[in-house]
Amino acid sequence: MSQARADGFVVFDRVQKSYDGEVLVVKDLNLSMPKGEFLTMLGPSGSGKTTCLMMLAGFETATHGEILLDGKPINNIPPHKRGIGMVFQNYALFPHMTIAENLGFPLEVRGIGKSEREAKIKRALDMVQMGAFGNRRPAQLSGGQQQRVALARALVFEPELVLMDEPLGALDKQLREHMQFEITNLAHNLGITTVYVTHDQTEALTMSDRVAVFNDGRIQQLAPPEDLYERPANSFVAQFIGENNKLDGTVETINGDKCTVRLDDGTLIDAQPVNVSKAGERTRVSIRPERVESNPDRLARDAHLVEAEVLEFIYMGDTFRFRLRVAGRDDFVMKYRNAQDQRRLSAGDKIRIGWRPEDCRALDA
Amino acid sequence: MTMSDTRTPELTGGALKRQLGRALRRQKLRALMLIAPLLIFIFVGFLMPIVSMLMRSVENNIVVETLPQTIAALDSWDVDSTELPPEPVFRALVADLQVAIENRTALNLARRMNFEAAGWTTMMRRAQREMPDWDLETDGPFRERVLDLHRDWGALETWRSLKAYSSPYTTGYYLAAVDLTMVSGHVEAVPDNQALHLMLFWRTAWMSGLICFMTLILGYPVAFLLANIKERHANLLLILVLLPFWTSLLVRTSSWKVLLQDQGVVNQFLVWIGLVADDNRLTMINNKFGVIVAMTQILLPFMILPLYSVMKTIPPSYVRAAKSLGANDWIAFWRVYFPQSVPGIGAGAILVFIMAVGYYITPELVGGPSGMFISNRIAHQWYVSGNWGLVGALGTILLLAVLVLYWVYDRVVGIDNVKLG
Repeated sequence: MSQARADGFVVFDRVQKSYDGEVLVVKDLNLSMPKGEFLTMLGPSGSGKTTCLMMLAGFETATHGEILLDGKPINNIPPHKRGIGMVFQNYALFPHMTIAENLGFPLEVRGIGKSEREAKIKRALDMVQMGAFGNRRPAQLSGGQQQRVALARALVFEPELVLMDEPLGALDKQLREHMQFEITNLAHNLGITTVYVTHDQTEALTMSDRVAVFNDGRIQQLAPPEDLYERPANSFVAQFIGENNKLDGTVETINGDKCTVRLDDGTLIDAQPVNVSKAGERTRVSIRPERVESNPDRLARDAHLVEAEVLEFIYMGDTFRFRLRVAGRDDFVMKYRNAQDQRRLSAGDKIRIGWRPEDCRALDA
Repeated sequence: MTMSDTRTPELTGGALKRQLGRALRRQKLRALMLIAPLLIFIFVGFLMPIVSMLMRSVENNIVVETLPQTIAALDSWDVDSTELPPEPVFRALVADLQVAIENRTALNLARRMNFEAAGWTTMMRRAQREMPDWDLETDGPFRERVLDLHRDWGALETWRSLKAYSSPYTTGYYLAAVDLTMVSGHVEAVPDNQALHLMLFWRTAWMSGLICFMTLILGYPVAFLLANIKERHANLLLILVLLPFWTSLLVRTSSWKVLLQDQGVVNQFLVWIGLVADDNRLTMINNKFGVIVAMTQILLPFMILPLYSVMKTIPPSYVRAAKSLGANDWIAFWRVYFPQSVPGIGAGAILVFIMAVGYYITPELVGGPSGMFISNRIAHQWYVSGNWGLVGALGTILLLAVLVLYWVYDRVVGIDNVKLG
């Protein structure tokens, strides 16, 4: 960790947190962020992600370990001296102040003069296209507008680090997608370091440079979005990110980056060993629905094929979904792009499916 | 059968409106019947007494009802004249009083006139003894005989006040309520040694304001604590706040007497630690201090509860946001938290102030003469003097003052911003 400590702009070093002295909400958290990175903490509720954010902001204290900002430990620095911008879930715009007064607040407490303050407020509001709304009160704005103002307020005093706690949770889908784009653009253009907390995996995948997947108080995997989806490190991540088929079995043979797995009903399949090291180990394999191939001609000649029965066909516009019975399980999903040349299967069809070994990851049982 | 046969004829404009009205009337009637007992109770127990109080404060029909002929005869007599009224007035007086004595209403007149000038009871007693034997036809002239009966009949003031209170309505009670009196048709201030009401109104107002302020100072931190600790602890604390409600007001006030009197717990303690000399004990009861202390304690929950209910709705993220923006604890509180708790302060303050202005028991028990409120004076006028007109006038002024206050408050703070729960 010492190397990371020296490098990172934001560093969590063996941080633990407990609220009641009995249960650890955050267990041994290690994380290092370079300057300018957009990092998302993703996880189910109660996984410890918000607690981590609050410790970084200074509203919670770590029970063990150190948090460093730009090389300096900040455990004992009160929140108002950390100089970290923060966007809250419900915006937390002060209802008794106008938009301009809201933005002026952080500048005022820093003792910045009136004319400079006004220039900065104007620049920040223009940045989020809210320049015309300075004299309104928060209650007079729509959810999306309030969101922009909250963002402008967190940025107006030019912090180097900005924290966002599920900032888009209260917006409808369309607005949320638009704001995702705006926030990432803004963060990259201004070169600020961002820690973003969400439980929405799409948000995490589309916005982040790296995603930290939290579960049970630990980071399960810290990786760029593509790695997270393509190469999940364990079955929790595979299950949590995107849609996923899981099959349980035992490793039969293992040979470098390929292995075969004997499923519990006796079927033999190809896989890539990730969390298994020797034959005889229990494993759970994970295959993405869109990587399942129903046309054996497209697979290698020696690929192992699996018998499957179509249980259900679901038309979804751009894709077709099929629910299959595979190796005794009824919840196996296969997905096709809706294209001219695709075979339309119907319920009751008996087919043979397969996959490339690298698309089927043998993870922890 | 075709569709058009079964279709309901379409209604236009007025007919539709009437039908809707009929359909809604039943609902309205049923709703009204549900609340009817309460409405009747409020009307009989609350509105009627207030209206009757308002009436009593201006009503003045005793004089005109008891002495109808006299009042009519006095019509031509000028209040500023230095002559006594002429013979016909005296004759009318005798005629009226004979009827009044027969109907046993003469002493009512005496009681009414006594509020303006003393001596009427004696005048009436003598009249009761002598007049029934006089014969209106043969025993005249009556001027000298009446003057012989009691020398006050020869005083101009007697006739002037009779004339002043001869109309069925009077502003006299209101004048008395603000320490004014009508002398020979002119409004004048009453002598300083009799002026009491204005001072009592003022004292009631400033002491209520001070009590209001004290409950705010003491209650704000408690409400803040209540709103910001764990629910389990908050419930326990809330029970402690509400506990006084389960104790009789009389008991609570009396216990302050025990604490604050000369030989009371507080004085004994101060003497024991040597802060106060034994022969120079603090006077903390039967004065303003006692009233302020006791009423602050008694009214405290009425400040805490509205404050608490408002503070509970202030999300903690506001203060966090303020801190993340660089505000220290004090600025975050003063600039962000406090302005949002103002509706609670408003609700608590108006509640406590209005309750304090009308408080009676506590000033009565621990106030003494110097801690007396206007309500104590009203009670005194009612059961000692029986001057119901003055009681009505004082009560009406108090009611109006509260209404004006409420109106001003609404203009300044806005009643919509007030949250009681």
